[in-house]
Amino acid sequence: MKTPLSWLQLTHEKARLLIALAGIGFADMLMFLQLGFQAALFESSVTLHKAFEGDIFLMSPQSDYLGFTKQFSQRRLYESLAVEQVESVIPMYFNYGSWKNPVERSTRTIFTMGFNPDKNMLDLPGIEQNIDRLKLPDYVLFDELSRAEFGPIADLLQQNQTVKTEISSRKVTVGGLFSLGASFTADGNIITSDTNFLRLFPDRQPGLIDLGIIRLKPGTNLELALVNLNNKLPQDVEIFSKAEFIQEEIAYWQNATAIGFIFTLGTGIGFIVGTVIVYQILYTDVANHLAEYATLKAMGYQDRYFIALVFQEAVILAVLGFIPGYAIATGLYALAAGATALPLAMTMNRAATVLILTIIMCCVSGSIAVRKLSAADPADIF
Amino acid sequence: MLFTDLSVNYLNQKMNSSQSTINQVVNIKNLDHFFGEGKLKKQILFDINLTLNTGEVIILKGPSGSGKTTLLTLMGGLRSPQSGSLLVFGEELVGANKNQLVQIRRNIGYIFQDHNLLASLTARQNVQMSLELHHNIKTSEIEQRAIALLESVGLGEHINYHPQNLSGGQKQRVAIARALVSHPKMVLADEPTAALDSKSGRDVVELMQQLAREQGCTILIVTHDNRILDVADRIVELEDGKITLDREQPAIDN
Repeated sequence: MKTPLSWLQLTHEKARLLIALAGIGFADMLMFLQLGFQAALFESSVTLHKAFEGDIFLMSPQSDYLGFTKQFSQRRLYESLAVEQVESVIPMYFNYGSWKNPVERSTRTIFTMGFNPDKNMLDLPGIEQNIDRLKLPDYVLFDELSRAEFGPIADLLQQNQTVKTEISSRKVTVGGLFSLGASFTADGNIITSDTNFLRLFPDRQPGLIDLGIIRLKPGTNLELALVNLNNKLPQDVEIFSKAEFIQEEIAYWQNATAIGFIFTLGTGIGFIVGTVIVYQILYTDVANHLAEYATLKAMGYQDRYFIALVFQEAVILAVLGFIPGYAIATGLYALAAGATALPLAMTMNRAATVLILTIIMCCVSGSIAVRKLSAADPADIF
Repeated sequence: MLFTDLSVNYLNQKMNSSQSTINQVVNIKNLDHFFGEGKLKKQILFDINLTLNTGEVIILKGPSGSGKTTLLTLMGGLRSPQSGSLLVFGEELVGANKNQLVQIRRNIGYIFQDHNLLASLTARQNVQMSLELHHNIKTSEIEQRAIALLESVGLGEHINYHPQNLSGGQKQRVAIARALVSHPKMVLADEPTAALDSKSGRDVVELMQQLAREQGCTILIVTHDNRILDVADRIVELEDGKITLDREQPAIDN
């Protein structure tokens, strides 16, 4: 084995190596945070979509995303029952209500869903056990992962207290908890029955719904059902498979808002900061070793040896700097997840993306730093 | 003593080249060298004619700015010669490309005024760097040879020391081990004793001479140091870019 000069050179000056790793770790942390928030945004915006136990979804063509829907007649949904693959349908009502914190008496906008509790199609923890309470008038289920500003509802329930509060100036009772989580659409969520929903929002017309969920008979062909529904239903409703329904929401956040752009820009800035830091480190390293490199050149080492040396150092720095960046980012994810109730967590996919970005970052810096190598002239050292 | 003057040397050279060139390591004919371009162009070496033979220890002396180092770097393939003829190990370096120069360098051991050891490597690793250039040597052999040579320069106890933990003389001895470990055909040394006190300077030069004798390699030492002139078989003096003296020296036993 050849003497691993790149490794020995980097580890020879421990203090400088630590500073270098701190810099790269910082750049990695920036990229992790930006990519993490971006993923959390997309993830949180479709947690609800994934929880719907339906195969096909109907929405008004004028709806942008679940937080901003245009109503359409539930007659369209019932018409779909005529298609032979369809087993059952359920209409969903959405609206933003004004929730009063039962302790602090402050109000905050909360996302409210209403549907027939006999036909539950929402697969979220807590719903199965508590759904029957919604049959009582003015009872709601509260999302325990809502932001803390809505009040310590879970704690109050645990102390066996009945939690009574107001939604849009109507008295309601919290009949239980479920788990969904805050998203960029909503800080908090509640579920109630369709009947209660119409009581809470008297200006909403019965029969004008926000989302129609269709469940197909087991073992039927999804593509065929989609074609049949498209033939059957007029153009005033849009028909999505579940995958399309999820993708539509993500595409909304990616394109119709600047959020995707902002986080990509943020990641890019992290990348540039890292590139500059690594360039500084590699350039200084080459400059400090010019006499040694000239000596090696005099002995007969060729230019490509030194180019390989710089790139080896770049990759070593990338991998070593990634480790603290990964560790800090994992900690910050936990911290930010606690503070924002967003589904922020490290994924293998993102870790691999950032590692590859780091290696590219270091190699870009390396390719600029190698230009300094030509200053190592063996004729100068005599 | 001064029986060899320039013209006699000339004659010697002519005779040598008419015989075989097998024991000639370096053969320089009519070598001129210039620095700079246009109006700033300055001639450094004037019509140099010099032959170095196998196994000789040659001292190249002369005042500062006389062109000693330029001549050394030309012979070492570190600088491209411009005109005349410069044969090293029988290969013409005038007009040679970069790759040919690199190949020549691999057969030469260099010892610098400043030891120029790699700070991040131990003594053994520094010596190994020289052997690793030669791809036909096995890893285990590289390590053995490096250690053996460090032992022969008296540094058997210090093989795993970094340069910053060695004295000036010890560092220069590591540099000698590095220069000689790959059995070069020629060693070029530029002021090897300049940074050392007289005792360690003397030791270092004698060590070079002894190892070179064992390996049968040619040594060219550029120096100002008159205290070490007696180790040389030949003394060549350079002044203002011209060879003013090329004198054989009778062997002295000390």
